[in-house]
Amino acid sequence: MLMLSRIAEQFPIVFAALNVGFLQTLRLFAVTLLGAIPLGLLIAFGSMSRLRPLSAVVRLFVWIIRGSPLMIQLLIIYYFPGLVFGNNIWGMGESGRFTAAAFAFIVNYACYFSEIYRGGIQGVPRGQEEAGQVLGMSRRQIFFRVTLLQMVKRIVPPMSNEIITLVKDTSLSRIIALQEIIWAGSAFLKGSQGIAGEIWPLFFTAVYYLLFSGILTVLLGRLEKKLDYFKI
Amino acid sequence: MPILEVQNITKRFGETEVLRGISFTMERGEVLVIIGSSGSGKTTLLRSLNFLERPDGGRILVNGEVVFDAADARRLTEEAQRQRRLHFGMVFQNFNLFPQYTVLKNVTLAPTLAAPDRKAGAEEIERTARELIARVGLSDKLGAYPCELSGGQQQRVAIARALAMKPDILCFDEPTSALDPALTGEVLRVIRQLKTDGAGRTMIVVTHEMEFAAAVADRVLFMSGGVIEEAGTPEEVFGAPKSEKTRAFLSSGVKNF
Repeated sequence: MLMLSRIAEQFPIVFAALNVGFLQTLRLFAVTLLGAIPLGLLIAFGSMSRLRPLSAVVRLFVWIIRGSPLMIQLLIIYYFPGLVFGNNIWGMGESGRFTAAAFAFIVNYACYFSEIYRGGIQGVPRGQEEAGQVLGMSRRQIFFRVTLLQMVKRIVPPMSNEIITLVKDTSLSRIIALQEIIWAGSAFLKGSQGIAGEIWPLFFTAVYYLLFSGILTVLLGRLEKKLDYFKI
Repeated sequence: MPILEVQNITKRFGETEVLRGISFTMERGEVLVIIGSSGSGKTTLLRSLNFLERPDGGRILVNGEVVFDAADARRLTEEAQRQRRLHFGMVFQNFNLFPQYTVLKNVTLAPTLAAPDRKAGAEEIERTARELIARVGLSDKLGAYPCELSGGQQQRVAIARALAMKPDILCFDEPTSALDPALTGEVLRVIRQLKTDGAGRTMIVVTHEMEFAAAVADRVLFMSGGVIEEAGTPEEVFGAPKSEKTRAFLSSGVKNF
């Protein structure tokens, strides 16, 4: 009971701090999606290119990014320029850390997205394109009127998975001290605003993740359901 | 003048010569059935007519006009090729309906996109589509999606869809091969009606259904090893085959292979 009353007392301070951290989490999440969704398409086209050297290079790159931990990528991207060239290209302070984290997340997620896109594009049966061709449709018309929606239907479920994963992956940016919600929660462990040695704020951050990923699950599920009217 | 003239079409895939000089002509309103075992080149021939394969040699003329000439190296613009391929319609073995569209939209989509003025033509296009769908017996399925239809129904929609572009020559590539035996009848009936409804439609049918072939064909081509081994009326080819290979093929007596 003593503990509960202590938590109740500390709650307003912690809640405000966590909200600020969560805002940074949301920002990273949104910027990553905005960047990775189009960049992933570019990478997908690159990896499917008939130009052998191009597709080989792109696939090698995708393999490196998908095959190594995002945490390492964050560290390398943030510290490497400063250590080797002696200047931190990302800029100082929190905005510098955010730029570096956003860059790492966008590149990392674009590679994952590109593989999903590739599966979606290659999954449309050749017969769909041929049917459009024999009906005299142009390549543009075939893409926009016939194959695009079938690709979207194919990629929505795996994309939903990745997007939910991204919600939680943003916490990895703690490793370069980005002031997102995990950072905000762990501050009360070391001591901040008169509160020290408290671990419950860190535990409490999970509630934010649960709520946010829950909302996203519902929204993405609705989108999936919208495309349920036809089968492929 | 023949509606279709195929002159010495050749096609190879790597080392394999799939078509080794195919020539034949068709008159308007004629129904040509092509038979032959798998790998004899029937499907490749049909796909060549529809510009889905580019033959290595030969010419194709429709109404006396050259629509394809392998010697003519100049590349056609996409637009020109689209216009030329519209002489032919194609019904695929696997139907290839557009899954995200209703039956009606499947039939109206291509004519709508091709119409010079999309708004003005819409009513006319939809009326034609409804007529065609009625003709294949699916008026009660206008709003259904392909996944809600049986294979036979899907294939009938595919036939209506092909007819909507008013092709000079309608091609069927093994239209019943992907169907349950119980469903082949309805599709074959529709094709037979197209022959007898007085519109004088020119059709090429690749099929393994010998009884159907005999009933619907004005002329039968038997293909083997990339050449036309034998050609004639159904009575000639089925009744008194001249070629040893034709006899062997027919006496193997299998419907599905």
